[in-house]
Amino acid sequence: MKIKPLQIIAHIILILGVLLMVVPIWISFASSSHDSVTILTEGMKFHIGDQLARNYNEVLNEKGGWSEEVTAAKMFINSFIMALGIATLKVVISAMSAYALVYYRFKLAVPIFWLIFITLLVPLEVRIFPSYKIVSDLGLTNSYTGLILPLVASATATFFFRQFYKTIPDELLESAKLDGANAWSFFIDFLVPLSKTMIAAMFIFMFVYGYSQYLWPLIMTTAEEYWTVVMGMKIIYTESYEGVALPRTAERFAYIILSMIPPVLVVVFLQKWFIKGLIQTEK
Amino acid sequence: MSFLDLKNVTKIYPNGTKAVHETSLSVDEGEFMVFVGPSGCGKSTLLRMVAGLEDITEGDINLDGKLINEVDPSERDVAMVFQNYALYPHMNVYNNLAYGLKNRGIDKETIEQKVNDAAKLLQISDYLQRKPSMLSGGQRQRVAMGRAIVRNPKIFLFDEPLSNLDAKLRIQMRLEIKKLQQKVGVTSIFVTHDQVEAMTLADRLAVINNGIIEQLGTPIEIYDNPKSLFVAGFIGSPQMNFLDGNIKNKTLSAEGFEIKDIDSDFEGEVKLGIRPEHLSQRENSLINLKVDLVEQLGSDNLVYGQLKDKKDFCYRCPGNLTIEKGADLSLNIENNKYYIFDKSTGKRVN
Ligand SMILES: Nc1ncnc2c1ncn2[C@@H]1O[C@H](COP(=O)(O)OP(=O)(O)OP(=O)(O)O)[C@@H](O)[C@H]1O
Ligand SMILES: [Mg+2]
Repeated sequence: MKIKPLQIIAHIILILGVLLMVVPIWISFASSSHDSVTILTEGMKFHIGDQLARNYNEVLNEKGGWSEEVTAAKMFINSFIMALGIATLKVVISAMSAYALVYYRFKLAVPIFWLIFITLLVPLEVRIFPSYKIVSDLGLTNSYTGLILPLVASATATFFFRQFYKTIPDELLESAKLDGANAWSFFIDFLVPLSKTMIAAMFIFMFVYGYSQYLWPLIMTTAEEYWTVVMGMKIIYTESYEGVALPRTAERFAYIILSMIPPVLVVVFLQKWFIKGLIQTEK
Repeated sequence: MSFLDLKNVTKIYPNGTKAVHETSLSVDEGEFMVFVGPSGCGKSTLLRMVAGLEDITEGDINLDGKLINEVDPSERDVAMVFQNYALYPHMNVYNNLAYGLKNRGIDKETIEQKVNDAAKLLQISDYLQRKPSMLSGGQRQRVAMGRAIVRNPKIFLFDEPLSNLDAKLRIQMRLEIKKLQQKVGVTSIFVTHDQVEAMTLADRLAVINNGIIEQLGTPIEIYDNPKSLFVAGFIGSPQMNFLDGNIKNKTLSAEGFEIKDIDSDFEGEVKLGIRPEHLSQRENSLINLKVDLVEQLGSDNLVYGQLKDKKDFCYRCPGNLTIEKGADLSLNIENNKYYIFDKSTGKRVN
């Protein structure tokens, strides 16, 4: 096969892109396997050192915080639970509300949709005090419910689901009806499988959104056992200035690498659906 | 009361369109009824009201002795084949057929049995594991039929199911639908705007115009005895020739000729209708045609031309006659088969 010049250029661009993405991660990973002293004196590393197991073990299991009880592992788990809860509920609620908006042709469907849409202009950061007030009045501070609940309504996802449902031909609903499907079974047997890729994509985006939340968990949690990864990142960064010891640079890198794992896992598990949806439309 | 009974059914859409006017109609059990009419005349609306997909504004629909006006489509036990088939894209053929049965809570073995029987009948057994997107148009059509048959519904509804197929396949499927309906014996309503389809499929035909059933009868009755100008013009291909005329004292004077002793007491402006196939060449006959164009179909020739006053006219003759462009023909109306319609109301008067 002859390779055309254009293909070579395309490949070079792609390879550059890949390098741009991968090299920093690799450097972080390689650096996380050295002694902090080595990094501080010799700079970042490109090759794997001999401190890998020690650094990671320390990051995962060393107890920190004021109470000396919370570990990074616990923070990963917290963030994972929070992101999972947010992503799952966001997808479920958005899909269902979009279903109601599209298929139940009540008069207020359009105004209600725009009302939902307007909430895009009011992100959590803007309404953080009222949200906090409500959550604390409900006694939900320092709980997973409190971490998750205020973030589950999603105008974006509702919008995307709505647009997708609108492209589904009416005949499909009609023939399903004649086949004895009720409102619930049409949703479960038709809309959910048809929007599988959409769900996967939304889930990924929303997971990352939930995982990277900072302000809300910071305000919401006073108990260290509910701390999340992003909060931990801040703590592990500032810690070195407060302490007398050397900054623990290598451990920081290890922490960063570890913090990437949950989102990566989600993408890996869902990518089959996701990519299938991008390359073949089944309608 | 017959199997399906429509009484004074009216449909007015929310935007004010009156799609069906006080229509009454009975369909007997096992009958193949065809609704035919031009685009926008309300055929689909009428059918969809039977299916329960549109609300009935006024009137009653009874199916199998039960008033179904308020019955949900899922409970009506009707099956419908849509123009674009509306197959379930994410289910394979087997599940497309099985879905309606599953919803009825039928057990797995029975479903399998029924699906396989239906698949065999429609010759789609080989594709049961395929998704609809991997089937040809004709195969999809069969799956849509299978989905209707497998449930053994009280009534089949077809909304122009053949219009997405190419001409040859359409004729083949038309035959198959007819055979299948006879074999299964299910009461059916078939909507089409193709009059050939209507004529060949129907036990009885309802010609619909502007939301009104203009005429109801067997295809031959309607062809032989159209009750209105609209029906006369719609049924029959090529179309009936229409000439302006005037009746006085039982004498009809049309453009360039007269017919005496007509069988009607009507007086005044009329339209005279003559089917192209009810003409023959004979010396010194009534109608003189100057030939413009001859279409040779093999079995027949369609001769197009003009009468004295430039009026377009068509004559259908056997294919073995050779007729040259520019020839002058003298045509006779065979067996006095002509139709006279009141010009103002469109009603038949002879
Ligand atoms: N949902 C609707 N809202 C308003 N008017 C409608 C609606 N559906 C159909 N109509 C109108 O009702 C009339 C009858 O429509 P219908 O679909 O029954 O026609 P049809 O005979 O099936 O035509 P075709 O052969 O083109 O399918 C048309 O004038 C159409 O514009
Ligand atoms: Mg129609």
